[in-house]
Amino acid sequence: MSPALCRNCYTRIEAANARRCPSCHSPRVLRHDEVFTLGVAHVDCDAFYAAVEKRDNPDLANKPVIIGGGKRGVVSTACYLARSYGVHSAMPMFKALKACPDATVIRPRMSHYSAVGAEVKALMRELTPLVESLSIDEAFVDLRGTERLHRQSPAETMVKFAARVEKEIGITVSVGLSYCKFLAKMASDLDKPKGFSVIGETEALDFLARQPVSMIWGVGKSMGNKLARDGISTIGQIQKMDEKTLAKRYGAMGLRLAQLSHGQDARRVNPSAPMKSISNETTFFEDISNPEKLEEILWGLCENVSHRAKKSNLAGETVQLKLRTDQFKTISRSRTLADPTQLADKIFAHGADMLRKEVGAHKFRLIGIGIANLCDGDFADPPDLIDRQGTKRAEAERAMDKVRGKFGKDAIAKGRGIKSERG
Amino acid sequence: MKITIERGALLKSLSHVQSVVERRNTIPILSNVLIQASGGALSFTATDLDMEIVESLVADVIEEGGTTAPAHTLYDIVRKLPDGSQVQLESGGKDPRLMLRAGRSEFALACLPREDFPVLSAGELPHSFAIEAKELAKLIDKSKFAISMEETRYYLNGIYFHVTDGKSPKLRAVATDGHRLARVETDAPKGSESMPGIIVPRKTVLEISRLIEDGDGPVQVAVSDAKIRFEFDGAVLTSKLIDGTFPDYNRVIPDGNDKVLAVNGKEFSQAVDRVATISTEKSRAVKLNLERGRLGLAVTNPESGNANEEILVDYNADPMEIGFNARYLLDITSQLDGEEARFLLADAGAPTIVRDAKDDAVLYVLMPMRV
Repeated sequence: MSPALCRNCYTRIEAANARRCPSCHSPRVLRHDEVFTLGVAHVDCDAFYAAVEKRDNPDLANKPVIIGGGKRGVVSTACYLARSYGVHSAMPMFKALKACPDATVIRPRMSHYSAVGAEVKALMRELTPLVESLSIDEAFVDLRGTERLHRQSPAETMVKFAARVEKEIGITVSVGLSYCKFLAKMASDLDKPKGFSVIGETEALDFLARQPVSMIWGVGKSMGNKLARDGISTIGQIQKMDEKTLAKRYGAMGLRLAQLSHGQDARRVNPSAPMKSISNETTFFEDISNPEKLEEILWGLCENVSHRAKKSNLAGETVQLKLRTDQFKTISRSRTLADPTQLADKIFAHGADMLRKEVGAHKFRLIGIGIANLCDGDFADPPDLIDRQGTKRAEAERAMDKVRGKFGKDAIAKGRGIKSERG
Repeated sequence: MKITIERGALLKSLSHVQSVVERRNTIPILSNVLIQASGGALSFTATDLDMEIVESLVADVIEEGGTTAPAHTLYDIVRKLPDGSQVQLESGGKDPRLMLRAGRSEFALACLPREDFPVLSAGELPHSFAIEAKELAKLIDKSKFAISMEETRYYLNGIYFHVTDGKSPKLRAVATDGHRLARVETDAPKGSESMPGIIVPRKTVLEISRLIEDGDGPVQVAVSDAKIRFEFDGAVLTSKLIDGTFPDYNRVIPDGNDKVLAVNGKEFSQAVDRVATISTEKSRAVKLNLERGRLGLAVTNPESGNANEEILVDYNADPMEIGFNARYLLDITSQLDGEEARFLLADAGAPTIVRDAKDDAVLYVLMPMRV
């Protein structure tokens, strides 16, 4: 008889094979041999951006909602209702609207979503400091060793957590529970939305054997192709192979394949996994070749990147420019600076300089700018012997940030950011 | 063309020539060196379209003519030949390639026609003067470390040469990257007084400094608004100048710094180098604690710990604290030949001057760091 837990009233269910909870009659029964011993969880918010929009505007509750940029953009999130029409993320918007003409399209409000994402993570951190954020809406939570602190098993803690997020924040999450990160992440994907899946040690091998190799973390398109060429499509096939052979054939990745295919994942939940870069990009309504227009858009993106860098007191030593032509060719350029920067002014100076070398021959559909090689903001933008004005511009930017903090984003802007009336 | 030449002489010329040639080229012929033999001389020409070097040397010319061959490949082959070997170069025979023979080795290299090789026209160079190789080497070597690599400030990507006004004019070399500034000067050579201020690009600076390395004798320099040419020991280097305005660097050199710190340069460098071992990769900050007669050096790294060292110095002003980038400090102190380094300070936020107590010709300005 496997132990079980009611996800509705949190009762531990003693009766064997009860399909409904004996005390509240809910069918949401979580039954698994290892349910009370596993402690690594992965939490993923369900159709996150769409869920936030639906929460903020109840009129949308029963309508298909697509989050994404305009006619030319792509779908970044579709709510489950829209998904039933065949809409999925990364789909070009015009196709999505063909599949689901009644959908309400909403432009993403990233800073709002990240604020909601932060609320969800704050609730996780009340449970344990071992929270590793993966993106705006997903994170690992390591609850091993918290049984006595919370006077309950990690499974019970997470079931209550999911209910609390729904009640207090108004969105739903799916939880995967296992003994390692790799399987926890896989589990959270099994039963979406509002799911709770468990993968235990005893079933890990069998479960993995059935999965395609692409489920393995680190196997992307090119590794997948390489494996396919060698006739490997499922994780089960890898399980049967010798570690040494795999290492010889695929190098370091081969070793990882050997371990992960057997459900061995020694990675710890690392709460301080640092941010690697800060970037922002936009797809245009219509392809643009005019350099001035491109620079104007670039400036806005730089301000956004700079604002986020300053907010987290980070600075980047590298400025990266990304362009996509109307032929869908992506051009990436990067430049390492003498000193890390967090100023929009400097990011723009380097970005625009790189941009000038690329414009002319092409029309572009997308532009993006970012900073990477992040370090502490305290090292950013040291005073300069020659560019005395630079120090002043830095001060001006910081003053503007303060005004915006007080009166909102549009309260003050640099002349560059204001479109000329005369065109 | 058919010539014979001793490997050592060939290698030296090719080493100068190959460093002008860019490793990656979109125009194939720019990867090649132009080889020409006439009279009793062999000449090599290489260019990257911004700079051109022509180097001539005496060779046993059996048959006149010329071709172009891959510069780096040619250099690598000659470098690997045994010392003292006689090298034969032949082209224009039945084989369209360049044949290189030495001892029992034989190479055949793909060529491109010499008619296609681009020529950098120097135009008129109205200002010319001669400067001793050692003097020019000093101007360059003691300032080049401060050249900026920042592409957005292209006008700092070289050394600014100009001649001062006044009774005893000086030829000055100035370089800065915004963190430090180097100013080296020498008595203006005759004929240089009328020269405009020019910015010589970094690559040209490095090339000329290689050319005159350990050399003796005068370097002939000719300058216009847009180009410069150096002639030395059989080599002619012609280069475009950076088309920009060098900032008014005099504003950057403070004149009211009244706190004087005198240290033994070597002792100071070694101490800075020691404490900087534990500084973070990104900051490299060293804090200088100045008190009467002593200098404390401190590095604090929140991750790995801290380091302290004290040295005896000559300092009589009010106590103060100031931070610098250790790498920049070492770059400067390693340029000082004299025993004593002199720091002229104002306060923790203001540019500091570093000088060689024995040599007025060099002056450095260093921007402090927040620590």
